[in-house]
Amino acid sequence: MSGAFAEEASRPVARLTGVSLSYGQTLALDGIALEIPAGRMVALIGPDGVGKSSLFSLIAGARVIQSGAIEVLGGDMAERRHREAVCPRIAYMPQGLGKNLYPTLSVFENLDFFGRLFGQDAAERDRRIDDLLRSTGLAPFRDRPAGKLSGGMKQKLGLCCALIHDPDFLLLDEPTTGVDPLSRAQFWDLIDRIRAERPGMSVLIATAYMEEAARFDWLIAMDAGRILAAGPPHDLYERTGQPNLEQAFIALLPEARRRGHKPVTIPPRAHDGQADVAIEAKGLTLKFGDFTAVDHVDFQIERGEIFGFIGSNGCGKTTTMKMLTGLLPASEGEARLFGREVDAKDIQTRQRVGYMSQGFSLYTELTVRQNLELHAQLFRLAPEDIPGRVAEMAERFGLVDIMDALPDALPLGQRQRLSLAVAMIHKPELLILDEPTSGVDPIARDQFWQSMIDLSRRDMVTIFISTHFMNEAERCDRISLMHAGKVLVSDTPAHIIEERGAATLEEAFIGYLKAADGGAASAMPPAADPTHVTPAPDHARGSTAAGGFSVRRMMSYSRREALELRRDPIRATLALLGSVILMFIMGYGISMDVKDLPFAVLDRDATTTSQNYVLNLAGSPYFIERPPIADYEDLDRRMRAGELSVAIEIPPGFARDLRRGRTVSLGVWVDGAMPQRAETVQGYLQALHGQWLGDMAVQELGVRPAAGLINIETRYRYNPDVKSLVAIAPAVIPVLLLLFPAMLTALSVVREKELGSIVNFYVTPITPLEFLLGKQIPYVALAMVNYGLLVLLALWVFRTPITGNVVAMTLGAILYTSCSTAIGLLFSIFMRSQIAAMFATAVGTILPAVQFSGLINPVSSLEGAGAFIGRIFPTTHFVTICRGVFSKRLGFADLQTELLALAVTVPLLLAACTLLLRKQER
Amino acid sequence: MPASNILRLGVKELRSLWRDPMMLFLIVYAFSLSIYVAATGIPETLHKAPLAIVDEDQSQLSARVTSAFYPPYFTPPALVTQSEIDRGMDEGRYTFALDIPPDFQRDLLAGRQPTVQLNVDATRMSQAFIGNGYIQQIVGAEVAEFAQHYRGAAEPPATLAMRVRFNPTLTQSWFGAVMELINNVTMLSIVLTGAALIREREHGTIEHLLVMPVSPLEIMMSKVWAMGLTVLVACGFSLVVLIEGVLRVPIEGSIALFLFGASLHLFATTSIGIFMGTIARSMPQFGLLLMLVLLPLQLLSGGVTPRESMPLFVQIIMQAAPTTHFVRLAQAILYRGAGLEVVWPHFLAIAVIGAVFFTVALGRFRKTIGAMG
Repeated sequence: MSGAFAEEASRPVARLTGVSLSYGQTLALDGIALEIPAGRMVALIGPDGVGKSSLFSLIAGARVIQSGAIEVLGGDMAERRHREAVCPRIAYMPQGLGKNLYPTLSVFENLDFFGRLFGQDAAERDRRIDDLLRSTGLAPFRDRPAGKLSGGMKQKLGLCCALIHDPDFLLLDEPTTGVDPLSRAQFWDLIDRIRAERPGMSVLIATAYMEEAARFDWLIAMDAGRILAAGPPHDLYERTGQPNLEQAFIALLPEARRRGHKPVTIPPRAHDGQADVAIEAKGLTLKFGDFTAVDHVDFQIERGEIFGFIGSNGCGKTTTMKMLTGLLPASEGEARLFGREVDAKDIQTRQRVGYMSQGFSLYTELTVRQNLELHAQLFRLAPEDIPGRVAEMAERFGLVDIMDALPDALPLGQRQRLSLAVAMIHKPELLILDEPTSGVDPIARDQFWQSMIDLSRRDMVTIFISTHFMNEAERCDRISLMHAGKVLVSDTPAHIIEERGAATLEEAFIGYLKAADGGAASAMPPAADPTHVTPAPDHARGSTAAGGFSVRRMMSYSRREALELRRDPIRATLALLGSVILMFIMGYGISMDVKDLPFAVLDRDATTTSQNYVLNLAGSPYFIERPPIADYEDLDRRMRAGELSVAIEIPPGFARDLRRGRTVSLGVWVDGAMPQRAETVQGYLQALHGQWLGDMAVQELGVRPAAGLINIETRYRYNPDVKSLVAIAPAVIPVLLLLFPAMLTALSVVREKELGSIVNFYVTPITPLEFLLGKQIPYVALAMVNYGLLVLLALWVFRTPITGNVVAMTLGAILYTSCSTAIGLLFSIFMRSQIAAMFATAVGTILPAVQFSGLINPVSSLEGAGAFIGRIFPTTHFVTICRGVFSKRLGFADLQTELLALAVTVPLLLAACTLLLRKQER
Repeated sequence: MPASNILRLGVKELRSLWRDPMMLFLIVYAFSLSIYVAATGIPETLHKAPLAIVDEDQSQLSARVTSAFYPPYFTPPALVTQSEIDRGMDEGRYTFALDIPPDFQRDLLAGRQPTVQLNVDATRMSQAFIGNGYIQQIVGAEVAEFAQHYRGAAEPPATLAMRVRFNPTLTQSWFGAVMELINNVTMLSIVLTGAALIREREHGTIEHLLVMPVSPLEIMMSKVWAMGLTVLVACGFSLVVLIEGVLRVPIEGSIALFLFGASLHLFATTSIGIFMGTIARSMPQFGLLLMLVLLPLQLLSGGVTPRESMPLFVQIIMQAAPTTHFVRLAQAILYRGAGLEVVWPHFLAIAVIGAVFFTVALGRFRKTIGAMG
C-alpha cells in the first residue's frame, strides 16, 4: 500500500514552515517544518505531550498561529478569509473519547447538529445520517445518548460527525486510544472503506499505538516538539535498521534520551509454595441505577504478583479498582484486602495500600519534594523518618535532580514516576495502579515497568495494574481480560494465547470479545454497500459554503442547547421553580411597611396621663410595647442589644405640667442603626404625639385646639392602600428575569471551553454571531416562560392587577431577557473557568439589580457610581415598564423611551460579546 | 495527628487559591470596590426626592413654599402645570407633586383653611412615607411662620426631644457599607467552598485524598478553615481600611468581637457551601442553587428591610439562617457597641446552625463522592 501513491506528485495538503508554539514558559512546538502529502493516510506518531495535539489544532485552524506559516489546502491558515473558505473542507476530531460530542444528545441528534452546522437541508441530512449510521453499524443505536455509548462506538460516532460534510482533509487526533482491540480493528476497516469510496481524501491521524501506525502510507515521528523523521514506514525501518516501529522510534530518539535504556527483563517469580492471597474479589458487582458497571467479578491476586486488568475505557476497570480501595461501595459481592473486608473507614488497611489514580492527580501547586513530604505526613510516617524516606524514594525513582521543580513543568514520564514514588512513600504492601502508563513515551514506560518489576520481585509488593496496551499486558504474571463489566478470562498471558490458538494476545482478546458479544460484530455491514452514494463534490461545496449569516447554522446551536436543557430537567426546573419561589420570598419578605416596632418606656411620672400616653402608642399597629425600662443603664443595654427601636422617657411631673400649660419635653431615643427605619419611626412618633395631644385637649379641656392653618390632602397614587406588595411584586419580576437567565447563559460558553466541545465552534463554518444568538434563543424562550409564570403569580397570588398594556410589557420582556442572557454570555466569554464565571455573574448582577435599579430606591435619588450603573443598567428600564403597566395604566406611547433603551442595549451587548469571542484558541 | 492533616490540607487549599489570579481579583473586588460602590451609591433615606410643584396661586406665600424645597432632601422643584403632573408621575420623573390652589394666600389669611393637594407615587415605598412627612412639615412650618406675622400661633403643650442613637445623622452609607460587607462574606464563602468542591470532584483530586488515611472530616475541616480564613482576612481588612478608613464609618464596638462572630458565621456558611456542593451534580446546577439560596439569605436577613415588618412565618424560618443572626450581631457590635454579654445568644445560634449544617454536609460528603464514580 505504501508505494502505491509514490509516483503521485500532487501538491501537499498541508505545508508547515518554522512553526513554533509555546504555552507560557513551555515550548510545545519548536520550529516545525513539514509537508503532508495529499491523498494519503498519514500517521503522526509519538507519545503524549510531544505536541501532536497542538500541531493538529494549528493545522485545523482551531488555534492561533504564534510563529511560522501553515498552508492548508492551498492557502494561508493565518488568514481569516482562507480559514472560512476551507473549514467546510476540513474535518477535525479532537483527542479524547467523544470530546466534541454532546453526551446527553442521542447519536442521531449529534449527527443532525453537525449537519445543520454545515448548512445541510433536512433531506440531505437524513440521507447522509442514514448512510453513515448504516456503514458504521451504529444504526441500531440511533436514539441512544452519546454519553452512554462504549468508547469504540463514541469514536465511530465522532468519525461520522467528522465525515458528514464530505471533507477533503480529515484530521483524527488519537481516535483509537482507550478503545478495545475489536472496536479498534473495526474502526480502521471503516476508514479503509471510506477511503476506497473517496480516494482523494487526505487523512492525518495521530496515534500512540505503534503497531497501528505501521499500516499507514506515510509516517511522521515526533518528540519534544520536533519532527524526528518523516517518510514511508519502510524508509524508517531501513534508516534505523530496526524490525518494528516501536524500536525504530526509540532508535530515532536523540542520544541523550536513549541513554540508559535497556529492554525490560522479568525474572520469574520465586514461588515459596504458599499462596498468600493479597486481594480477593467474589461476585463483586456495582450498579448505577439500571446500569451495571461491574458484573459479578471474581479474582484472586497472590502476594508479590503483578496482576493486570486489560480492557477498553469504560469497561469497569477503574470502577473495580475504586471498589477495592473503598472509594465506591459495592452493590453486591465482597472484596477482601489481606483477608479483611474492604471498609471505607478502615484507616489501617489504607496504610498498607498505595493507589495511583488515572491521570495526574497530585498537587501541581506543590514542588516534587513538597508532594512527597505532604504524602509522607498524611500517611503518618514518624517525623524523624521522613527526610530519609523522601531521599530514598527520590533516589529510587530518579527524582533527585528535580526535587524543587513544580510538577507541571515536568515531562509526563517524570510525573508518572513521581506519582509512583508518592504511592510508594509509606512502603505499602499493595499497589493499585490505574492506567499508570497511558501517554508515556516508550522509553519512560520501560523504565517505569522496570521499577515495578523490581518492587514485585525484590520487595514482594503486590501490584494490581490496569492498562490497555497489549505489550504491557504480556509483562504481567497474570491478567484478566475485561469487557462491559465482566471478566472474560483470567490466566497467564501465555495460557490465554494458547487457549484461543491465537498468534498474539491482541488476537486472543479479539477472539474472546467476539465470543462474548455474540452477534455484535455482525452489526458491521458488508463492506460494499450498494446503496451508498457518494454525493458529487460540487453539490457538497454548494451546501456547505461559509460566509453571510445563516439561520440554519444559528438554529443548530439553538436546537442543541434546547435539547441539552431538556435532558437536564433539574436545571430547567430549578430555573423556573427557583424564580417562582424567590418571587414568593421577595414579595412577602421585602416589606416597606414598618410596623410592630418594639418600644419601651421609662415612666418617671407614673400617672394615668402618662400611662394613657403609652397606651396610645402601644395601641397603634406600628408599635409594640416591651417591659418598662428600669433606669438609664437598662435603657442603654437594651438599645445596644437591638431589643428596642425606640425608648421614651416621660419626665416626672408630666401630667401636672401639662395641665398647668407648662411646656414639657419627652425624651425619645431612636435606634439609628437602620436609617430607613429610624426615619419612619420619627414620622410615626410625631404623628401619634400630635394625635394624642389633640385627644387630650378634647378630654381634659373639653375643647379641640385651634385647627390647623391649612389642610394637606395626600393622594397616594397607583397604590392607594400603600401596600408593599403592590410596589414590590412588579419590580421583583425584572430582578428575577435578570438573575436566572444570566446565570444559565453564564456557564454555557465557559462550560464548553472546560469540557472541550468549544472546538466545534472553532473549526466549523459557524460565525460568532450565529453561535451567540443560537445559544441565546433557547434561554430567552425559557426566560419568557418564566416571565409568564411570574406575571400570573403577581396577578393571582399577590392580587396585583394589571392596569396598562400587557403587550407593551411583553415586548419589553422579550427585549429585556435578551439583555439579561447577553449579560450572562458576556461573563461566560470573558471568564476562563466555570467558577469564575458564576462568581462574576453573582457579583455583577445581584448588587446592581437589587440596589441600583429602582427596586427599593428610585434611580434618580442614587449617588456616584451607583447612579451611573442605575441609569445604564437594563433592569432600571424594565422596572419602570413593569411598574407602569401593572400600576400606572401605561401603554406603548408612555413607555417609548424605556423600550427604545432596551432595544439599543441588546445589540450593544451582543456586539461586545462578538468582539470578545475568539474564533480560534490562543 | 488529624489536626496536622487538617492544617496541611488547608495550606494546600490556600496555595491553590493563591495561584488563581481571577479568583483573587474577584475576592479583592468584592471587598473593596463593590462595597464602596454599594455604600456610596445608596441614597440617604430621603435624598434628592424628585418633586414637582403646580403653583396656581403665584403669591408671596406660594413662592415661599416653593423655595423651601432644596437638596439634599429634595431636587429643586420642577414648576409645572396641572396637566403635566400625570405624565411626569407616570414616567416616574416625580415621586411627589404638590398642587397649591388659586387664592391660597388669601384664603389662609382669611382663616378659611385652604387645601393643598399632595400627589405621591406610592409604588416608591421608600420615599413615599417619609417624603410625605417631610413635605407636610416643611409646608406647615412655612405657612405657620408666614401666618405668625399676621396672627401669632401658640406653642404646643408637649414636645418630643428626639435623639437618634448610634447614627445621629442617619447616614445611609454607614448602614450600606456594613450590610454589603456581610452579603459578600456570605456569598464568597459559599462560592469558594461549594464550587471548589464541585471542581475538585470533576477533576478527581478529591478521590485521591479519600484513598489516603485522611478522613472526610479532615478534608472538610481543612476547607472550612482555609476558605474561612481567606474571607475573614479580607473581611477584616475591608472593615478597617475601607469602611473605617476610607468611608469614615465610626465603629462603636470591638472589631475583634465582630471578627469572632464573623468566623462563626463563616463556619456556618462554608458548611452550607459544602452541603450545596454535595447536592448539585454539576456547575450549572450549583449556579442556580446559589441564586436560590443567596438571595433569601441576603434579602430576608434583616439587612435590607427590617425583620419586624416581615410576615411571622418568614421571621420564624429565617431564624434558621446564619445571616439573620450575623446581621443582628454585626449591627449590635459595630453600631451600638454591644459587648459579648449582650450578643451571645446570636453567637450561640450561629454556632448551632453551623454545627447542624456541618454534620449534615459531612454525612452527604462521602456518600456523594462515592456516587461520582
